[in-house]
Amino acid sequence: MSSTLPFFPPSASTVASDVDYLYFFILGVSAFFAVLVSVLVLVFAIKYRRNKPEDIGADIHGSLSLELLWTGIPFILAMVMFVWGAQVFFTLSKPPADSMDVFVVGKQWMWKVQHPEGVREINELHVPINRPVRLTMGSEDVIHDFFIPAFRVKMDVVPGKLTTMWFTATKAGEYHIFCAEYCGTKHSGMIGTVTAMEPQDYEAWLAGGRATGSAVQNGERLFSDLSCVTCHKADSTGRGPWLGGVFGSTVTLNDGRKVVADENYLRESIMNPQSKVVQGFQPIMPTFQGMVSEENLLQLIAYVKTLKPAEPAPAPAKK
Amino acid sequence: MSNEASVHEQSYLGAPHGLASWLLTKDHKRIAILYLISITIFFAVGGTFAAMIRAELVTPQGDLLSSDLYNKVFTLHGVIMIFFFLIPSIPATLGNFLLPIMIGAKDLAFPRINLLSWYIYVIGATVTLAAVFNGGVDTGWTFYTPYSSMSSNTSVTTAALGVFITGFSSILTGFNFIVTLHRMRAPGMTWFRLPLFVWAQYATSLVMILGTPVVAITVLLVAAERALHLGIFDPKIGGDPVLFQHLFWFYSHPAVYIMILPAMGVVSELVAAMSRKQIFGYSFVAFSSLAIAIIGFLVWGHHLFVSSQSIYAGLVFSIITMMVAVPSAVKTFNWTATMYKGAISWESPTFWIFGFMGLFLVGGLTGLFLGAMGLDIHLTDTYFVVAHFHYIMVGGGVMGFLGGLHFWWPKMTGKMYNETAGKIAAMLVFFGFNATFFPQFIVGYMGMPRRYHAYPPEFQFFNVLSSAGAVLLGIGYTMIVIYLIYSLIKGPKAPANPWGATGLEWKIPSPPITHNFSEMPVVTEEAYDYQHAPAPQRGVK
Repeated sequence: MSSTLPFFPPSASTVASDVDYLYFFILGVSAFFAVLVSVLVLVFAIKYRRNKPEDIGADIHGSLSLELLWTGIPFILAMVMFVWGAQVFFTLSKPPADSMDVFVVGKQWMWKVQHPEGVREINELHVPINRPVRLTMGSEDVIHDFFIPAFRVKMDVVPGKLTTMWFTATKAGEYHIFCAEYCGTKHSGMIGTVTAMEPQDYEAWLAGGRATGSAVQNGERLFSDLSCVTCHKADSTGRGPWLGGVFGSTVTLNDGRKVVADENYLRESIMNPQSKVVQGFQPIMPTFQGMVSEENLLQLIAYVKTLKPAEPAPAPAKK
Repeated sequence: MSNEASVHEQSYLGAPHGLASWLLTKDHKRIAILYLISITIFFAVGGTFAAMIRAELVTPQGDLLSSDLYNKVFTLHGVIMIFFFLIPSIPATLGNFLLPIMIGAKDLAFPRINLLSWYIYVIGATVTLAAVFNGGVDTGWTFYTPYSSMSSNTSVTTAALGVFITGFSSILTGFNFIVTLHRMRAPGMTWFRLPLFVWAQYATSLVMILGTPVVAITVLLVAAERALHLGIFDPKIGGDPVLFQHLFWFYSHPAVYIMILPAMGVVSELVAAMSRKQIFGYSFVAFSSLAIAIIGFLVWGHHLFVSSQSIYAGLVFSIITMMVAVPSAVKTFNWTATMYKGAISWESPTFWIFGFMGLFLVGGLTGLFLGAMGLDIHLTDTYFVVAHFHYIMVGGGVMGFLGGLHFWWPKMTGKMYNETAGKIAAMLVFFGFNATFFPQFIVGYMGMPRRYHAYPPEFQFFNVLSSAGAVLLGIGYTMIVIYLIYSLIKGPKAPANPWGATGLEWKIPSPPITHNFSEMPVVTEEAYDYQHAPAPQRGVK
């Protein structure tokens, strides 16, 4: 494991230093107040130590201006920490548009990773440096949490939905992956390694991997094997809507609600189709819960994302 | 009539005698002693589990306990320490004993309900111990679903039932305190003459009666999902696992304030008494307790920043979390200012206050790290969190409890303990605590996740430090039990007011008589009127 200091984690992603600066700021403020109060307490204890048992202190009841001062200053500092923390959090929550997708499935007690090109790994994640990587994650059983301390990123992996996180690695090396949400017997064994590589090394690694069809190819095969294609037809004569261009669009439901078709919408529509039915269609689609694994789901979604709209999109010049 | 009256004029400890007179007592002071004995036993049990955790973590390999046993050990450490020690610690012992006396009442409003609350606690504790002996429970004290409801094959249902039952003991205590404070204050004891310990108990009681029913129903739903496969939390049968986290933390975050607010109340009493000076900013200290209790109900989502909760909900929870830091800061500054130009005695309660101040400062300030969302992403579920909440709940809560125990021990038992032993124990606990938990901040920022049975070797150094500190801490706690019990047997008799403190409890004999006051007290002065305080009835060392 590459490590610089024996008491500080390696800093190997673009956001790591943002997080560290915030940490040092709060550490500085905290240290100031901890030292201030401790010194005052000790100085008072020594200076005003009681001489005779019956001695009494000065007749002081309080001071409004002091109260306002020590209410106001902590409040302002706390708000600065809030805004700064929120800013870092928003950076961590919004993956760049050009992110490379990788799919992760957590199960007791391993991490299964699939690259878009089809290469799979277990408890390992190879990524190129200097390129944003977006992980789309699902769980097959209980809640897990994908944590890479060197990148300062962490996200729960929750059964029943898909969650995402992203990072851009900046330094080649090997770093820990930990499961950070307690998940049973071998929780502390649900660990792995991220290998951040120079882009050319990553390409070489991908080429040498045992690809079993890309995620999109696997998704396409599933789309046909599971007979999705019999209803979701491209010529809009099917019993279900054509899925081309659906991803990322706003869909109107039969109760009039409008929802954005993101990964979680697609996931829910496969596992629990009755919960959100598109306007103009009957709630006749069966559930695929128990028939498709979390990995299959991620492949299906990858495939649906690639489908093109049936008629040309009205707005041109969109790439 | 005269016979009965004379019984009530005797020390509450003396008359009547016999085990039955204790087990059927309606005297709030005796019930406080029953609670004190019970929570001490559970502290020892929970501490034994802690010792097993620290022993396992000396080496990176999971070589002492099996993974399953380790998971059960940290779960039981948490469940027992939180539900059976920390939550009842100050309210049910010091609160039970002092609250009626401090307001000039003979007892709580509902003495039978008070006794009932102790029996409910004992039943809940017995049910939980049954889970321990019936294979244990391995979900963590947080019982996160769907692991707890669908995956774990340990005695989750029994343990959840134990927690459910015990919740009612807490609700009854809170309810009893609130009614007592509204209805039974002595003539002249206005709200703004109440000791700050009483204000803190009032705020705590509000949290107890408003929050506890939610956690009770939540653990019951977990049990129902396990037993009946109702789809509440498990997505495979139509539930939502994150819903559990909202419900659980709606109580369990305010529960932290159940543990720390009473300790803050204790410190307010002790700082004034040991400085023999009016508390600085009485109303700010009083209202900051209420502010913490109320704002504390609106911050639960800061436990869910990485749970897939909406990021906008996260923003709201983060800003309110930052606000709750302010009343805690206000209290700390007021305590410090109280010492300014005080007449500070260096007796053992003072040492416990210093310990509290040091540890609570670190605990409170590290809460800011976790409230800042971008930083919490990295820190949550690591040892940084473990260190933070131990600094608050053990550093703050237990130091406050022990400080209060050392301050009121002469009143409660009529005996003085050894002063030197009290000071040495306070320092041992302070340094042992820091040695145990400070390294956990560092190893947490390095990325060591909590609840890990085995860990990468680069974290070993800090874990060894932590385990070594735990030995010191264990010696400190054991020492207290020994010299306090010794004081009961051989300790000198305590005077009525050994510290020269104000407050109704110091105007009556040590130990108090069964009815607390021979005649109804009439209060004519504000709290902490140290300008007219009597001299201590024992020399300052």
